[in-house]
Amino acid sequence: MHNYTNLNELQLSVLSEIGNIGAGNAATALSDILADRVDMTVPELKIIDTNEMVNILGGPEKEAVGILVNMTGEVEGMLLFILNKEFIKSLINVLLEENIESFEDITEMDLSAIKEIGNILSGSYISAISTMTNLDMGISTPQIAIDMVGSILSYPAAQFGIMGDKLMFIEENFLSGNDEIKSHLLIMPKLESLNRILESLEVC
Amino acid sequence: MGKLVVVGISDQQIVSPTDTLITYALGSCVGICLYDYAQKIAGLSHIMLPEANSGLNKKETYKFANTAIEELVNTMERHSCKRYRLTAKIAGGANMFATSGKSIGERNVEMVKQELQRLRIRILAEDTGANYGRTVEFDPEDGSMVVKSVGKGHKVL
Repeated sequence: MHNYTNLNELQLSVLSEIGNIGAGNAATALSDILADRVDMTVPELKIIDTNEMVNILGGPEKEAVGILVNMTGEVEGMLLFILNKEFIKSLINVLLEENIESFEDITEMDLSAIKEIGNILSGSYISAISTMTNLDMGISTPQIAIDMVGSILSYPAAQFGIMGDKLMFIEENFLSGNDEIKSHLLIMPKLESLNRILESLEVC
Repeated sequence: MGKLVVVGISDQQIVSPTDTLITYALGSCVGICLYDYAQKIAGLSHIMLPEANSGLNKKETYKFANTAIEELVNTMERHSCKRYRLTAKIAGGANMFATSGKSIGERNVEMVKQELQRLRIRILAEDTGANYGRTVEFDPEDGSMVVKSVGKGHKVL
């Protein structure tokens, strides 16, 4: 059985392709929300340990918004988007026609807007995976944590810590106007599900 | 002013004055601060999960509550600390995302307390649970633990 540390080049490039298609879908969805053109850079798939990922995200105490979605159905596991606070703020402001300044006085309404963004983004990737693999997939209601990156990442690290220290994520940049939005998506199917995906793609 | 010694995830360190221990952004992980007031030696262990299965390498010993705390006690004893003098302060074990059932954070805190009881080490203070992250600093000069959280300032325990 394959795990996150013994994937070969071909398997990694196939998984990258999921990221590519998912990000394309996400860019289209974001364009619709923002009523503005959103482009993206070529996503990069990385499998590294938690400490390294914390550093890539700006250090343990850097604040960010984490949106967690569980994958259900024939592929089980988790998707965790780690997004810049400024980016989330501007999305909320566009979606709700508000002008929130800080996350200190965030309302229930704002939180449900963030959940909706989570639904839209995770839907983009889920449909990429299920289209490529023909596997039936669903998603849970998104859960939000606005906190330090290190604390947010303790969740997936602990969930997958029994199997090793590696996390798989996709890094990409969305470009809207002059803004460049860095997005990090942790995509961690359970090992049986990872193998099922590889089988469906005929690269096992 | 001494060094700030950083304890990473699944890691542990000991220091004496004027160095200070710090571990950043505990989420569901738990930071266990052990202190020998007579020797002024402080130890900090950052665990990620409650218990190990079997066949661990050294690095993994530090990952689990049921192996890490005893390992830290042994290290401190090798540096002339006495077990009967050790006291503990703990922080972390949050449930970062509203998940159903018993969270990993809760299970971590339970196992940490069980281990400390087994090793006969008294807990003097704790700041655990809830749904937010914590950075912990531990000073061997007076055994004080400072807990910092986003938007909640900091507490001295």
